[in-house]
Amino acid sequence: MPPTTRGFLGRSRQPRDPRLPPGQYDVGADWPVLTAEPTPRISTDTWSITVAGNVEHPTTWDWDAVHALPGSEYRGDIHCVTTWSKFDTRFAGVSLDALWDVARPTEAGRFVMATSKSGYTTDLPIEDLTGGKAWLVWEFDGQPLSLEHGGPVRLLVPHLYFWKSAKWVTKLDVLQRDQQGFWERNGYHDRGDPWRQQRYQGD
Amino acid sequence: MLGGTAAPAGGWTTATVAGLNRPIARSVALRLDVVDRVDHLPGQHYVLRLTAPDGYTAQRSYSVASAPADPLVELFVERLEDGEVSTYLADVAEPGDSVEVRGPIGGWFAWDGESPALLVGGGTGVVPLVAMVRHARATGREDLLRIAVSARTLAELPYADELVAAGALVVATREGRGIRPAARLTAMDLLPLWEEGQTAFVCGSTGFAETASQLLVELGFAPSAIRIERFGPSGD
Repeated sequence: MPPTTRGFLGRSRQPRDPRLPPGQYDVGADWPVLTAEPTPRISTDTWSITVAGNVEHPTTWDWDAVHALPGSEYRGDIHCVTTWSKFDTRFAGVSLDALWDVARPTEAGRFVMATSKSGYTTDLPIEDLTGGKAWLVWEFDGQPLSLEHGGPVRLLVPHLYFWKSAKWVTKLDVLQRDQQGFWERNGYHDRGDPWRQQRYQGD
Repeated sequence: MLGGTAAPAGGWTTATVAGLNRPIARSVALRLDVVDRVDHLPGQHYVLRLTAPDGYTAQRSYSVASAPADPLVELFVERLEDGEVSTYLADVAEPGDSVEVRGPIGGWFAWDGESPALLVGGGTGVVPLVAMVRHARATGREDLLRIAVSARTLAELPYADELVAAGALVVATREGRGIRPAARLTAMDLLPLWEEGQTAFVCGSTGFAETASQLLVELGFAPSAIRIERFGPSGD
């Protein structure tokens, strides 16, 4: 147990919400915006998502093509490394599995680098992006995803800290070996599991 | 591709409050003596953790206002009305108290001290920029920095005197200053500060950071040369 801080009692403790990972607090109705770069302006007329690298069929979907894939929803919680968590969110888009079914990662493809229009990158093991655990989303609570929250389309990987859910995502590169993305190079953890508090390198 | 360099976060360590002061109302600047300290880069932050007798902990991130050469680490804390950590630090903490800290953190919003930079801060978002100003002063490289800051009033701008002394353009949105009426930062304010080869460091509320960074983009500043730190509405 960490050393006690003189005179600190903390908020009166309700029984801790079991949905809240360690070190997190419930942000309530807010949804803070944390972005390290200027917000790019992206038109849905020119937007596309490309899956490439170690895949059998490198494929690019435009706005209409991605909407023609079977839709999928995520309902649940999201967790930011800056310690806020947001409960009962509702995102709509498409499961990444629908993209993988077309592009078909090869045996050698074990990691994915997600790249955004802004140049932002984040890396993930492919197991974190398959099996119904990750989405491309374009709606939040029934409304188009706003620019500041990564619209028109962002990655959603809700079981990891939210920097993995790249805003303005336009490319998924399937890699044989892991490479660090933007925050991972800048001191943050390579995987980012909120339940294991994998916040920074070395956690 | 966005750049930046890695910086070690290390584990939790003990920091003793060596002193504290109040740069503006509803704030406290903690002067901390950090055990096994690793020098920070100006712009980086620390995480601070408090522990209650029953083991309950609360942690929040705070910007460093001090220069790396300062023997102490100065963290600026804005006191939020319902802030569990900030009310403790502003109302209860006193010299001699110990807290736990972890840092320095963040290799992106960090100035190398050697290349030209345009610093644009809003309200308490000036704090990491103050660390850059102090570092430039300590190393005699004030020539590398151009500074524009905005606050509701001068009284609500932390470290206002130091920023003015460093040549900052200071804009107040709720009071006139000299011949300038109350107004927001404009592209015309930023244009004379723009120089070849600069990296822009923009820090403030989400709204300020969004507006200021878009002004720079509209002026022609390369988006890849703009580094942003936003304070979410629920930061504590």
